[in-house]
Amino acid sequence: MHMMYFTEQPMSAYDAEEGLKFGATALTFSNSHYDSVAGSRLYNEYLEDYLLAEEAGADGIMLNEHHNAPFCMQAKTNIFAAILAAMTNRVKIVILGNPLPLCDNPIRMAEELAMIDMISKGRLVPGFVRGGGQEQLASGVNPAFNRERFIEAHELIQKIWTQPGPFRFEGTHYQHRVVNPWALPLQKPYPRVWVPGVLSKETIIWTAQQRYPYIALNTAIDHTKEIFKLYSQTAAECGYVAGPENFGYLIRVHVQDTEEKALANARQFMWMQGEFTGLAHPVWANPSGYFSPSGRRGFVEFATGRAKNPRGAMTFEEQLESTMIVAGTPKQVIEKLKYIVENTRPGIMGIWANDGSVSAVDRKRCIELLFKEVVPEVKEFGAKLGLKDPWEANAPVHLRYSTDLTTQKAAAE
Amino acid sequence: MSVTWKDSITEIAGTKMHLSRAGSGKTVLVLHHDIGTLDRLPFYDSLAEQFDVLVPHHPGWGKSERPAWLRHPRDMAAMHTWLLADLGVEDVNLVGLGFGGWIAAEMISQSPRGYRRAALVGAMGIKPPEGDIFDQAIVSYLDYPQVGFHSRDEFHRVYGQVDTDQLEKWDICREMCFRTAWKPYMYSQTLPHLLGGVRTPALIIWGDDDQIVPISAGHAYTKALRNATMTTIAECGHFAEMERPAAVAKHVTDFINAA
Repeated sequence: MHMMYFTEQPMSAYDAEEGLKFGATALTFSNSHYDSVAGSRLYNEYLEDYLLAEEAGADGIMLNEHHNAPFCMQAKTNIFAAILAAMTNRVKIVILGNPLPLCDNPIRMAEELAMIDMISKGRLVPGFVRGGGQEQLASGVNPAFNRERFIEAHELIQKIWTQPGPFRFEGTHYQHRVVNPWALPLQKPYPRVWVPGVLSKETIIWTAQQRYPYIALNTAIDHTKEIFKLYSQTAAECGYVAGPENFGYLIRVHVQDTEEKALANARQFMWMQGEFTGLAHPVWANPSGYFSPSGRRGFVEFATGRAKNPRGAMTFEEQLESTMIVAGTPKQVIEKLKYIVENTRPGIMGIWANDGSVSAVDRKRCIELLFKEVVPEVKEFGAKLGLKDPWEANAPVHLRYSTDLTTQKAAAE
Repeated sequence: MSVTWKDSITEIAGTKMHLSRAGSGKTVLVLHHDIGTLDRLPFYDSLAEQFDVLVPHHPGWGKSERPAWLRHPRDMAAMHTWLLADLGVEDVNLVGLGFGGWIAAEMISQSPRGYRRAALVGAMGIKPPEGDIFDQAIVSYLDYPQVGFHSRDEFHRVYGQVDTDQLEKWDICREMCFRTAWKPYMYSQTLPHLLGGVRTPALIIWGDDDQIVPISAGHAYTKALRNATMTTIAECGHFAEMERPAAVAKHVTDFINAA
């Protein structure tokens, strides 16, 4: 199993009252409330946390990016990936992910990732995402072409990494007359790409068609099983059998020496009023054309206050009960994680360990307990269940490199 | 006087376009707003009492198919021009409402002597010299149309209690706006430079409380066109033909009947 450390890098030093007063803590919540002195301190503290996670035994550091909101300080995930490439020695640098549609020049994206892969000596996992709806609005990118841009940018990056330049690329959204970047990844044929997600069936199907691992982001166990089921069905149609190496699961876990302290800190997972991405108008998260047409009716009702959030809005206690949040002493957390692992069988686990305003001291203690005491036991348990990560399983980087397909239909497409 | 409307489907550029038509006399092509159009409106009926009125749904809006390749209101201008050619109508008058006003402006700019008269009502399409065109992307499907009315009562008179079907339709309209006018949002950087050659007489109509397209855009249109006059309608928002149907119909009718 691959077990990696994750934090949203919360910008915890903002005045939460101002957000409540304004009624939103995303997109249009004014950056006049942003404190750069605190930002400077927090970036450096989070960097220290990552270095500690490596020292304590984490297999990877998972990174992401968001815009215009205090819930996540990373505005460009490749910056932290580049820093970690130079400052760490062993951990995989797992970007989940770069929002491809926000990128107007996929060649530059391919160059940046190639540089990070080379500087890290081949430790990069360059995951890709569509980006949330708000990210499109914050970046001025057309949400109606989000999926098309995602698929086309991926196609171009994959081509850059697998075919010699110079070549010409004339797509619908990207046109480049000279493609020949003088920087290529160290890992061949190219670095393993993982794709995280929450809701979209189309993304699950696309990911399975590529044979890229799909990382379910903090979904409930039942929902996670449904995701893996759909992935497995698609895999079968493509001619391969999906295994644990195709599945990842990110969950929120906080460990401390006492249950009381762990629970108190775990409440910080709710610091954005229970919404991961902060208080926001529904149409920001789901601008027209961004989401699947099949979900249109439900979403317009939600956006006008006529229906409940289709993603649900569970209380802290309900999330503890359903194991979407795990908190306690190492012993308690090990038992719960074993239950989760046994029920979902992922080869990859992301541990989202610290959020909100958990103190630096408590964050560090959590990281130490997690990777020194909890993770080794969970990995041992996972090994007994046969849960292998993509490296252990020697999984092909992409469907096209498969040697075990029962049908060539999908690969030929 | 009752008006009988006939609906039909015409294929333009491989796209099935929906058209409602009523009346007789001079031909008037009405180009609807970014939020689509209700099937029937008192304003349309008023025009159809005197004219041969054509109300197509823009490609991708309402009952017209979506062409996946469509990228700009100028594409829609070409499709509507194609539609007029297929219908064999001549000396056409244009009435462009809001977003439809942009399409009408594109049509007259491409054919400076091709149309008889053009009325642009709260037209999008050029960057307002003062203020910005209201960004529908950050408000709900219900709030945006309401912003376009001076009076909430008038909004409810037109739309009643908005049902989920209507919300879905507005979401689809919004998606089409994004597909065709995302950036720059709801205007063209080249259109203002192309309006100077237009010989078609134009009437620029603006609600005096248009919260969606600043009235400065109306003044800019009036200045850019060589033969345009402007009039405003009191206590009226952006969706002027719905909020003040009689007043807008009178202005348009008088304008088309003049000369």
